[in-house]
Amino acid sequence: MGHLRRSLFALAAAAALSGLSTTADAQKTLRAVMHSDLKILDPIWTTAYIVRNHGYMIYDTLFATDENGEIKPQMVGQYEVSADKLTHTFSLRDGLQWHDGTPVTAEDCVASIKRWAAKDTTGQKLMSFVDKLTVRDAKTFVMELKAPTGLVLLGLGKPSSNVPFMMPKRVAETDPNTQLSDFTGSGPFVFKRDEWKPGDKTVYVKFDKYKPRSEPASGLAGGKVANVDRVEWRAISDHQQAINALLAGEIDFIEAPPHDLLPLAIGDSNVKQFDWNVLGNQFTFRPNWTAKPFDNPKVRQALLYAFNQKDFLEAVVGDPKYYKVCNSYFPCGTPLFSEKGFEGKLNSDFKKAQELLKEAGYDGTPIVLMHSTDLQILTNLAPVAKSLMEKAGFKVDMQSMDWQTLVARRAKKDPPTAGGWHAFLTSWVSIDITNPIFTGFMNAACDKAMFGWPCDPELEKLRDDFARESDPGKQKAIADQVQVRAAEVVTHIPLGQWYQPAVMRNNVDGMLKAPVPVFWNISMK
Amino acid sequence: MLTYVLRRLVATIPVMLLVAVFVFLMLRLTPSDPAAIIAGDNANSEQVAEIRKRLGLDQPIVTQFAIWLGKTVTGDFGESFFFKKQVAELIADRVEPTLSLAFFTLLIAIAVAVPLGVVAAYRHGGWLDRTVMGFSVLGFSVPVFVIGYLLIYVFAVELNWLPVQGYQRLQQGIGGWLQRLILPALTLSVIYIALIARITRTSVLEVMHEDYIRTARAKGQTELKVLIRHALANAAVPIVTVIGLGVALLIGGVVVTESVFTIPGLGRLTVDAVLARDYPTIQAVILLFSLAYVLINLAVDLAYTFLDPRIRY
Repeated sequence: MGHLRRSLFALAAAAALSGLSTTADAQKTLRAVMHSDLKILDPIWTTAYIVRNHGYMIYDTLFATDENGEIKPQMVGQYEVSADKLTHTFSLRDGLQWHDGTPVTAEDCVASIKRWAAKDTTGQKLMSFVDKLTVRDAKTFVMELKAPTGLVLLGLGKPSSNVPFMMPKRVAETDPNTQLSDFTGSGPFVFKRDEWKPGDKTVYVKFDKYKPRSEPASGLAGGKVANVDRVEWRAISDHQQAINALLAGEIDFIEAPPHDLLPLAIGDSNVKQFDWNVLGNQFTFRPNWTAKPFDNPKVRQALLYAFNQKDFLEAVVGDPKYYKVCNSYFPCGTPLFSEKGFEGKLNSDFKKAQELLKEAGYDGTPIVLMHSTDLQILTNLAPVAKSLMEKAGFKVDMQSMDWQTLVARRAKKDPPTAGGWHAFLTSWVSIDITNPIFTGFMNAACDKAMFGWPCDPELEKLRDDFARESDPGKQKAIADQVQVRAAEVVTHIPLGQWYQPAVMRNNVDGMLKAPVPVFWNISMK
Repeated sequence: MLTYVLRRLVATIPVMLLVAVFVFLMLRLTPSDPAAIIAGDNANSEQVAEIRKRLGLDQPIVTQFAIWLGKTVTGDFGESFFFKKQVAELIADRVEPTLSLAFFTLLIAIAVAVPLGVVAAYRHGGWLDRTVMGFSVLGFSVPVFVIGYLLIYVFAVELNWLPVQGYQRLQQGIGGWLQRLILPALTLSVIYIALIARITRTSVLEVMHEDYIRTARAKGQTELKVLIRHALANAAVPIVTVIGLGVALLIGGVVVTESVFTIPGLGRLTVDAVLARDYPTIQAVILLFSLAYVLINLAVDLAYTFLDPRIRY
């Protein structure tokens, strides 16, 4: 009996000690729940946002977007453009090194740009202007262009997927269609591959030899100072459980809690919220141009008249604190924002919509509307669209499915009656749609466009004009024309801007306002 | 006996083959595309097609099946589409949490359910019997995740006695391991307790009127001895059968419980793999679960010979 009592006491002591050690670790370890588990590790191979976020932890970029949306040098120390704007010379900062201790060289950067450009659409567009990309010396490389373009900084400073992350030459020479297996970067954190357990946690430790810029951190630019020793991304897929864990102090940060759980989290005096992505996100309706009757521009126009943004925003987000009506393709708060092309539209003018359908000779073909049911932020969009479309005179066949099924189905060009589709709704992170080149849904290159396959040579010409222009004023004028044309042919429909604050324990401080949740500059009291 | 075991093991082969065909076809017939998921939302059709080619998903289904089966029989489950790891490695990493949870759940369930069932049978018709049976109905009816959330709210959020979620490996200390297993195991054991308690009660009730019970009582044995040595021992076969069959329940429960409590076990791996349409991982996990189920049933059948000397193979 005495032995049993001693054993139980030892067990209780061990349990208590394990609890104590967890508390001690929490002093220097930031435990975060991200919007998704990290399953893929190559940020060039996929456009998934969680992999992009992983990229920002371990890699650095030549240029970066600051809090005001301006592109600033990051790894680049000196950047020169020739008078004819055809020769761009980049010199790396002193002291940059890879996680394995070797110095970052111009050769590494050239190889990295090439791999990125092979996959990324902006990169491909940029490379169509590039005549030569050559290494001048260990720290300098030169980009010679066939014609001037504004895409050099826009591309190399691209903040979201795919981001041109710099990798060692041996890594960057991996076939772009093959996933990386070496995760050596030069960013402020080192990826601990031995501790990476998909479905459980992803671990990063501070890179002691990282040399931050001297400027203060701003957005994705400036000095990237890691103030915590270790960052753990915990894979908690259940939102309620993530909130419970935050309230119990088992985790410190949740990137994207659902809006309906926010009051529960911030109702606790130990928890605060922070809107890191000030530009927010945009709900979007995408019609399939290859499926009748959406091959007719008048039918697509009818949608623009039938919809109004407020109904969608109210149904999904609810609280006006977290949404904004913004009748523009380019998000409110970004330089290219404009309401041109949307005059009189997005006001649920059903009479006008009905007239357009009549003019188009719409024969009542049921519209196959794909309804995603498992992602909370998208679930209520399709029912609202269905209701508004029916009021305008459309016949709608709303088909419910999980997001991954929708993702697979939207890639099919089959007729809607044979497994294809007419339309679906999604959401874009605003930073991905700030100009006509980044905005994937504005690509109107027919078969080469994204699913929905808009086909409009005039719009493509305007996008090319934008790519060629480097003067911001002229770019703005072209962007206006792009928007007017896109709203005329209806490549897609913006359905309002919404915001997703993060929640964190009060002891977490210093999170930056940026389009991507980054972990440098964060400290723990 | 040895011949019987060998015959049963050989019979496992066609069963596993059927499972393999079924799982493979089910996945291919599901309207989904792992390549599109891997490529991400911003990818264009060309990028998706390139990934599909890399994964071998552009080949005819028969070819894909032949390649997969050929590798599987040699123990090679292939590489996960997503995790850039061998499926065998992924599974090996997830076995400990699931086995720990299953073991702990069984321990709690048997320790609680068998005495409850015996007592309910002994007090047949009384309030204790009705309470046990009432609990049994409740245990069957309430979904696992509801029980989980309730326990979390009370013991983790309100009382702060136990962690909300997570798992600590045994090698990192038995204290943390136990601490993190209590709530999930309790959650999962409820339905199991309900099942075993009900069967134990029925089985014990059946034997309580047998002659040998009366004889034992006539010999002056205590009621406890009568219940354990004579009643329970003779009622053991159906109880063990139910424990074995209940492993299927346990597998289903593990999937939900591991998701709710964020335990990185095989159940969670299954959910993640299904959501991501990670074909090699789903196929391997389902094969593994099926094999485990078949082997447990074999073990249960063999256990009969120890529990009832009249049974011979």
